[in-house]
Amino acid sequence: MKPTSLRSVIAASSVGTMIEWYDFYIFGSLATVISTKFFPSGNPTIALLSTLATFAAGFVVRPFGALFFGRLGDLIGRKYTFLVTLILMGLSTFLIGCIPSYNSIGYLAPLLVLLLRLLQGLALGGEYGGAATYVAEHSSNEKRGFWTSWIQTTATVGLFISLLVIILTKGAMSEEAFNDWGWRVPFWISIIMVAVSIVIRMRMKESPLFAKVKAEGKTSANPLKESFGHKLNFKFVLLALFGATMGQGVVWYTGQFYALSFIQTTLSVDVAQASKLIMYAIVFATPFFVVFGALSDKIGRKWIMLAGMLLAILSYRFIYTKMFEAGSIKHKTELVEKREVNTINDMKETISYYEDGTIMKSSEKVSADGNPVIKKSVTLDKASFWKLVWLVFIQVFFVTMVYGPIAAFLVEMFPTKIRYTSMSLPYHIGNGIFGGLLPAIAVFLTTKASQANDAAAKAGKVLPYDKPYLEGLWYPIIIAGICFIIGALYINGEDNRVED
Amino acid sequence: MNQVRKIMGIVWILLALAAGYYLIISQAIPKFESSKPEDKIPAIIYAFILTPIIVGGLSIFGYYALKNEYDIYEDKEHHLHIKED
Repeated sequence: MKPTSLRSVIAASSVGTMIEWYDFYIFGSLATVISTKFFPSGNPTIALLSTLATFAAGFVVRPFGALFFGRLGDLIGRKYTFLVTLILMGLSTFLIGCIPSYNSIGYLAPLLVLLLRLLQGLALGGEYGGAATYVAEHSSNEKRGFWTSWIQTTATVGLFISLLVIILTKGAMSEEAFNDWGWRVPFWISIIMVAVSIVIRMRMKESPLFAKVKAEGKTSANPLKESFGHKLNFKFVLLALFGATMGQGVVWYTGQFYALSFIQTTLSVDVAQASKLIMYAIVFATPFFVVFGALSDKIGRKWIMLAGMLLAILSYRFIYTKMFEAGSIKHKTELVEKREVNTINDMKETISYYEDGTIMKSSEKVSADGNPVIKKSVTLDKASFWKLVWLVFIQVFFVTMVYGPIAAFLVEMFPTKIRYTSMSLPYHIGNGIFGGLLPAIAVFLTTKASQANDAAAKAGKVLPYDKPYLEGLWYPIIIAGICFIIGALYINGEDNRVED
Repeated sequence: MNQVRKIMGIVWILLALAAGYYLIISQAIPKFESSKPEDKIPAIIYAFILTPIIVGGLSIFGYYALKNEYDIYEDKEHHLHIKED
């Protein structure tokens, strides 16, 4: 295939996939505003719907989307299937931005959000496998890693664009206007991007390998049965999951989402500054997806992905210790004489200044149950900010190592007639379930360690955990560790060329 | 190395069972017993999604390893599953 037409294939596929990730992430990035509009606190039924919207869409529905659209893609073709996923995602996202709030229509509001969020998860489950397969089936064996790595940049770029659009929208209006209606703008913008992407994708032709298989009448009659009902393929689905995507999923979520959550919650860094910090790290690291994709064409996929996992396993605790030292006010000296304290009604506001230029604003209010509610917001000095950018960059760099070559790796594991179905499921279980559960499990481990320390301190005993904030990292370290051993032992790095 | 791959199959089966025990006893059951309704969703996910994937998937993987299904040979044709379709 000519490089120019291959570039248009990559562009059409990548832009659409990037928009789908953007659509998926803006919901998470705007979770705080969304919860006040649709999931007000204090109502147990609403709390249940909110948890469902978070967990079910992200974890459970994605693999189902992979099965449903994967089967469709192997039966009728890649092009029309990932066109459908794009339309489904675009409409769901746009409609979330149109739903009246809970105060206007009551329970119908959170129910509609949940329904549309489930459709988003379903669409995302079908999109990635289609795009990766479509690009891979246009590429030559020699450059498959390079060309598919463009698809691999889309998840990170989608996250970047979502943060950027939110920051720009916030900057264009007052905080009141944003909280009132401005939060809907990022959802509405999606429909324009999706419309452009649909027009581009409509012009594309079917994948040449699939078209050939179809013309020869060799498509699968039952892709689900062939993928998971036959040992010959099912054993490779299991190997893809336990030897590659499971570890890749936890490295991906740690490097981007857990890092962001750690900076916002453990270090209490201001939301806008934390988002900016992640955006810088993403911009600097993103080119490495393509670098490692191209490198995998030269030296093989296996050891690049496994090296990324191993580096992550060995360095996570060190990196997060350094992040804590750079960002936590416990490691900074306050200029006590500059402290400002104001009391407005029943709220006490304090502004603390630190030697290095860091500023912390805290507010303390007594809640209805009599317990004090303390909110902290830290604005870091330049040196600490850039140190954190660098430490997050290293983590995203590991992400590029494990994620850059993985589309080519997965595509090459399965034959054309069942490729869409077979590669989509392990990818979405690895990412959606093993990766998606990371924040919940990591927070559980960290909270448990902090509670054990608090109990020991009250009893006057030695604290069991030296650094409780590092305990959440055991989940990605153990999962990536098991994945590394399985990958190193069982993946054959030699047989990665697609021939039907 | 194929002998190591085979023996490690037992490790994966044991690991699957240990993970299943941890997920059900330490994670799912306490959350099912919790009074908070929002705890029920993670409990259902641990019990009915994650546990079957890990216990079922990893033990089948271990079983296949024990049966030499993942042996790697110098001869590529012998190993490529797509050639055998």
